[in-house]
Amino acid sequence: MNPHRRHPFIRIAALVVYFFLYAPIVMLVLYSFNASRTNILFEGFIPSVGPLQMEGSLVTQSPCGAFHWFCELAKNQEVGVAARNTLTIALTSTFVSAIIGTMAALAMQRYNFRIKPFAQLSLYIPIVIPEIVMGIGVLTLFSQLFAIVNNSLGLAGDARLTLGIGTVIVSHIAFCVPFVTLVVQARLQGFDKSYEEAAMDLGANELVTFWRVTFPMILPGVLSGALLAFTLSLDDFVITFFATGPGATTLPIYVYGLLRRIITPQVNALSTIWIGLVLVAVVLLQRLQAREAK
Amino acid sequence: MLKRLRENKSAQGTLLVTPTLLWMIGLLIIPLLLTLVISFGSRDADGGVIYGFSFHNYLRLFGYSTNCDAGQASCFEPLYVNILGRSLSLAFNTTLIVISMAYPLAYFIARAHPKQRTTFLMLVLVPLWTNFVIRVYAWMMLLREQGVINGIIGWLAARLNIPFEPLQMLYTPGAVLVGMVYEFLPFMILPIFTSLEKIDNALFEAAADLGANPFRTFLRVTLPLSMPGVVAGTILVFIPVMGTFIVSDILGGRQVILVGNLIQRQFLDARDPTFGSAASLILMILTLIVTYFYTRKFGFGEEIVVA
Repeated sequence: MNPHRRHPFIRIAALVVYFFLYAPIVMLVLYSFNASRTNILFEGFIPSVGPLQMEGSLVTQSPCGAFHWFCELAKNQEVGVAARNTLTIALTSTFVSAIIGTMAALAMQRYNFRIKPFAQLSLYIPIVIPEIVMGIGVLTLFSQLFAIVNNSLGLAGDARLTLGIGTVIVSHIAFCVPFVTLVVQARLQGFDKSYEEAAMDLGANELVTFWRVTFPMILPGVLSGALLAFTLSLDDFVITFFATGPGATTLPIYVYGLLRRIITPQVNALSTIWIGLVLVAVVLLQRLQAREAK
Repeated sequence: MLKRLRENKSAQGTLLVTPTLLWMIGLLIIPLLLTLVISFGSRDADGGVIYGFSFHNYLRLFGYSTNCDAGQASCFEPLYVNILGRSLSLAFNTTLIVISMAYPLAYFIARAHPKQRTTFLMLVLVPLWTNFVIRVYAWMMLLREQGVINGIIGWLAARLNIPFEPLQMLYTPGAVLVGMVYEFLPFMILPIFTSLEKIDNALFEAAADLGANPFRTFLRVTLPLSMPGVVAGTILVFIPVMGTFIVSDILGGRQVILVGNLIQRQFLDARDPTFGSAASLILMILTLIVTYFYTRKFGFGEEIVVA
């Protein structure tokens, strides 16, 4: 029996599901080049020369041609700020959660200590509770805590502690760490201890053994854990929504705000850029995994 | 002291886990306890919290209404019970539809030639990593009265000279269901694929040698062995569907209110954090009960980590 033999039903079903997954994405990308302000039907690409009529309002000439909406997006300062916030938050929380998550994974996999069952249990909490529960939890924590601190220290004006980038980063680390730990722990499970023993036998101390033997061997696991943390942070809406304050808007929060008011092709342009970056990331991941498999 | 630490394995482990543990205590356990404390309190005129110990928020959530003290016939006010029920049934329906769509695709990918398999798998990651809010936006564009689907049908109808009234698709329960299925489908495909991929090909050969037809092989070999994936996928789908408020907010308008919307509004618009906290704890307990009974039989393993 050929293991790759597939029933025609399976192929058709797979095709239908792929279509369902991709039709909305392709539509989003296509409409970011749409020569229409209202985005109902696709009215062709924006011409690169000549004046352009768009539902009554004449765009005399778009210097960017088909990329008109991308240029409009680039002029939008709010998007720039939101993009910078999103990246700052994602990079910082990835960095911290990769380090402390790896430490925790080493502890859980290699050591026995009294609070281990409690630690394991607490690492499962973010996975099994709905995000909104954690979101309102951190909102309550920070608002009550900041009220106490502000009042007791008599802080006023800009000195007051408020919700912002700091609170978002701290909350993101909290939900990223368990995923990093799980990924690294899985990696450590298949770890051959004899390499470390050999290094020790050859006279290396624990520190040298860790940096020269253990760490390089678990590095792919740490990297994929970090990648997972990065995507989780980048994608997060719910927890950011509750933990953020004025001036700390991220891209998902910004888009959500737009959706409740107007739809403009600028959002499509933003989506297209995002999808493009995801494509690049996916290809990079594929390379990384192919190298790891060798 | 350093020397003592070097020999004390237990202290090393504790030290390594400490930063993570502090984070979990500070940002998960303490906030959960705080939510519990607040849920027993009541709100003051500014939407602040008056601490106390009363179950009135929970009673209100389960339909007890104080109206009957004022002469109303019934003390039962079903508004919030209905919201909880609606959220539960939407989560069940979404999960069922997602399983029925994800399983064939995961099966297709797992049985594909190894060279193509990675590509097929990567094709699942692109929609998964495309931002959650952007994916809701896509469906908003598609389903609007002035949207892409109505545009295409209208264009076809005009060609064929058929009269056409735009369909009202946005702001319906159906729109919310489609949006949820689209958002969470990739989270089911990946774990099912992981568990299908692990099955040893020799098992299929053995089943065939023993005279089982492909259907029977699927039922008795493939399906049971892929259950850990289905369970992990269900956890990854059911829990977030229960707690999400964006999909129902954007695609359901004010027509479809789920427990997530209820909680969100208590913290922002309606300003009763104590009632919101009670609703949030009930939501957590509901999902924990469902997860517990569901995983008791199969457990959940590494399939839970996707991507």
